[in-house]
Amino acid sequence: MEWEVVIGLEIHVQLATKSKIFSGSSIAFGAEPNTQASAVDLAMPGMLPVMNEEALRMAVKFGLAIDAEVSERSVFDRKNYFYPDLPKGYQISQLEYPIVKTGQVDIHLEDGTKKTIGVTRAHLEEDAGKSLHEDFHGMSGIDLNRAGTPLLEIVSEPDLRSAKEAVAYLKKIHSIVTYLGISDGDMSQGSMRCDCNVSLRPKGQEEFGTRTEIKNVNSFRFVEKAINTEIERQMYILEDGGSIEQETRLYDADKDETRSMRSKEFANDYRYFPDPDLLPIEIDQAYIEEVRQTLPELPEAKISRFCSDYGLSDTDAGILAASREQADYFEAVATKSGDAKMAANWVMGELAKYLNQNGLEISQCPVSTDALGGLIARIKDNTISGKIAKDVFDVMWTEGGEADAIIEAKGLKQVTDTGAIEAIVDEVLANNAAQVEQYRSAEEAKRGKMIGFFVGQTMKASKGKANPQQVNQILKQKLDG
Amino acid sequence: MLPESVSELLKGLESKSFSSEEITRAYLDKIKQQNDSLNCFITVTEEQALEAAKASDQRRANGTSGPLDGIPVAHKDLFCTTGTTTTCASRMLENFIPPYESTVTRKFAEAGAISLGKTNMDEFAMGSSNENSYYGPVKNPWNLEYVPGGSSGGSASAVAAGLCAAATGTDTGGSIRQPAAFCGITGLKPTYGRVSRLGMIAFASSLDQGGPMARTAEDTAILLNVMAGHDPKDSTSSTHPVEDYTASLNQDLSGTRIGLPKEYFSGNLNADTGKSLEAAIKVYESLGATVEEISLPHTELSVPAYYVIAPAEASANLSRFDGVRYGHRCDSPKDLEDLYRRSRAEGFGAEVQRRILVGTYALSAGYFDAYYRQAQKIRRLIKEDFVRAFDHIDAILCPTTPGAAFKIGSKSDDPVQMYLEDIFTVPTSLAGLPAIALPCGELDGLPVGMQLIGNYFNESKLLNLAHRFQSETDWHQRRPQI
Amino acid sequence: MGDTNGESIVTIQSDELVKIAYLAKLEIDTDNTDRLTNDLDQILNFVDQMKSVDTTQVEPLSNPLEMTQRLRKDEVTETNQREAFQKIAPATAAGLYLVPKVIE
Repeated sequence: MEWEVVIGLEIHVQLATKSKIFSGSSIAFGAEPNTQASAVDLAMPGMLPVMNEEALRMAVKFGLAIDAEVSERSVFDRKNYFYPDLPKGYQISQLEYPIVKTGQVDIHLEDGTKKTIGVTRAHLEEDAGKSLHEDFHGMSGIDLNRAGTPLLEIVSEPDLRSAKEAVAYLKKIHSIVTYLGISDGDMSQGSMRCDCNVSLRPKGQEEFGTRTEIKNVNSFRFVEKAINTEIERQMYILEDGGSIEQETRLYDADKDETRSMRSKEFANDYRYFPDPDLLPIEIDQAYIEEVRQTLPELPEAKISRFCSDYGLSDTDAGILAASREQADYFEAVATKSGDAKMAANWVMGELAKYLNQNGLEISQCPVSTDALGGLIARIKDNTISGKIAKDVFDVMWTEGGEADAIIEAKGLKQVTDTGAIEAIVDEVLANNAAQVEQYRSAEEAKRGKMIGFFVGQTMKASKGKANPQQVNQILKQKLDG
Repeated sequence: MLPESVSELLKGLESKSFSSEEITRAYLDKIKQQNDSLNCFITVTEEQALEAAKASDQRRANGTSGPLDGIPVAHKDLFCTTGTTTTCASRMLENFIPPYESTVTRKFAEAGAISLGKTNMDEFAMGSSNENSYYGPVKNPWNLEYVPGGSSGGSASAVAAGLCAAATGTDTGGSIRQPAAFCGITGLKPTYGRVSRLGMIAFASSLDQGGPMARTAEDTAILLNVMAGHDPKDSTSSTHPVEDYTASLNQDLSGTRIGLPKEYFSGNLNADTGKSLEAAIKVYESLGATVEEISLPHTELSVPAYYVIAPAEASANLSRFDGVRYGHRCDSPKDLEDLYRRSRAEGFGAEVQRRILVGTYALSAGYFDAYYRQAQKIRRLIKEDFVRAFDHIDAILCPTTPGAAFKIGSKSDDPVQMYLEDIFTVPTSLAGLPAIALPCGELDGLPVGMQLIGNYFNESKLLNLAHRFQSETDWHQRRPQI
Repeated sequence: MGDTNGESIVTIQSDELVKIAYLAKLEIDTDNTDRLTNDLDQILNFVDQMKSVDTTQVEPLSNPLEMTQRLRKDEVTETNQREAFQKIAPATAAGLYLVPKVIE
């Protein structure tokens, strides 16, 4: 039977506020255990939550960025369950009245097509602490530093049809939240975590199959692997005539398999109800408009602009616009160099290669946009060849400095003086009399290929500095002349 | 012989008739003599009190004293106090010493008040008789076989017996007003949000409200001046401006319209209590007020709605007591589930567990709409009853309780009978309105109280009405013989 | 108690009690189950009176004053007080709260 895959994602994004959503504790990563857990975060008796205005603003920004309706009235609820990393015995979340209602984002697929993915809702909630399973006399240790960190939970429609689409969607959400500056999006530190709902149905069937939820997958690569592994598992069961049990599963990256979480005595019954310690959040259109004014250019807009303004392909624009830093870097280089296409090729080519080899992010790049732009400008004005430019770039990367200074210091300036080039050409022709003879006796049609030998020799003799177009021209004159 | 009221004590301190240290010692002596029989205090902080009293006398000598400087008070043992055990009358918090201070107790300290200690109460403020305390029941000073009411029973009994000049209480469904009525003192539940809840251990967040318990309406006003005000650390705290509640105590009552809700003067009310209320109404009429019957048609549904909403909120509020970060933890738990279930079963008393279970049930899947949501809808109907009434009246006069105090043990086997004690106090709690309880009669040697309910943030009107009544009568000056 | 309108009486089944106690994390003493079930039945039958009023057109009321949420500035105002907080904790080590092994 042919199966259709149905996937929906619940993405938890840690918001990049300074303090927690309901207390004045820092949310900085990496502090000593429980040193950033205040009386409120520890659920000390009598302690009360007060909402952080910045967390609200960030959630509104996200809602506007995905063309969603932002709720003028939203309500915090208590989600009740006991767990050691949840000090109050309930999580403050939003159920019935989330801050962000239905919206959508576009994803670009490998075949060049675009697909719109629905976002059901996005709501504010607090993060839990962490259970550390190292052995403390047979006990687990609880660190509540993370408890109360603001989260935006973004719930998609079941619109995704493959692991690849799921990853493209996740990456798109990642680029939106990082563009907005509302999260650092660092999946390795848990700033972005993903629950994947996966089900299969016979192709053509409208009704959804039974789904499983894979909890807390924390990298793009694992999302793809976890979903594919789960699809295989479900397909195997269904093909065998079995049925899928609705359950929560964990992805084990080491074994590349998902496994069922220990089944509970009873199904969860979270007993949501409005948190009486908090009041409904009400915002007006003026506030929403004010936030709208602060929105930066978003990935989709940037991609279209890169295509129309710089003549880039959709694919190249998509790659460059994947992160705001990279897009900004590219634009600065394009402006400085005066050649957007060359700037795009350099950023996606040589620069990306160096960053990759050194495991650096573009924000950590040692070569400034001015330096790279200056270098490309020297290719454009024929001061150096593209080949020499790579050598200059290598110097820039390792030693720093501006293109002109490096070209000057290393004597890499392109030779464009016709007399000087003629002298080198003459020497090459003199040293290769046999080849000259061969060339001249050859048919016109074959000469084109044979001239390459002389160009190579001349460039070599000039240590690569001779202007290749001029070399070509002079050689032709002298050989054909 | 020392004066009894806060206002007179302040005058005496001001005129140097006595020092704060002297009166503090006098109260501490009285506590030593009587606390064994009354069981009002869970913790007495003698040393700190004496030190604070000396510091207060010093301030008075320096001319830098605050509005309650030198006045010995007691705090209900659910206000967190830095360095002093705060038990909520529960085994769960038997050894809990908060490293932080509630806003209410901080404000008292900043005003110069001397804390004598922490008063007994129904465990986690759940109860109407003060029989639900891990530290044993509190006795009514008018008759030691009778309950003092609850949940602020320790505070009420201590004020009535003269073991402190005044005390703090909290009121969720009547926990200030009902014990004030049973012990013959004056107790005010302010408008919801008037007094900060920060550091006040929660029972039901949308209902809990701290308030003063004292001998007179005037004292209540002096205390409210200290307690009231916005707290940025409590989201439900109101920014409504705070008045000087002592300023309008003597206003003329001519033309004041008092409503008598017919639903409060029917079946549930004890006949003798009714007579005391009739006498009180006459006093108001003689002071120029007019009286009219009003209707609050949803009154009867208030107790059922309350006993869904309060336990539902409590079931979540009390989840934090899990034996992990503070409070009681069972011995050698075999796993996490065992840690939770035994720590909580051992730490909480029967009534607390009952309410957690009822609240959990009311919120659980399949019952939420029929119980919790329905209760919240009824809550709106009850509020609307009052809003309509306050369109044309200034205050409501009604009983605080169906009868006078009852005997210890007489209702403790029947939770529903006990809940019905709250019939006249829970409607105002659900609506969030201010209400004051004050004595207006006596029955078989026990005080009988009336209740005045005001419009939102109209505490000064209530205090004015209560004070004028107390200027005409002496019920509030009667003392138990012990 | 409760059957005043000739409507059905609420009775908690023992499996329901087990489920509620599980959710509320309360160990129920087996000797006490009947008594507890009886108390809860009484309470639930009492609150069942609420059914007598039609509330289809009524909005639920969560906060009596129907105020709206005030917002806090995004500032770090708390300092490390771990020592004070953990002094009152039943079991800690290396700055962590200890609990029986958490198994996922």
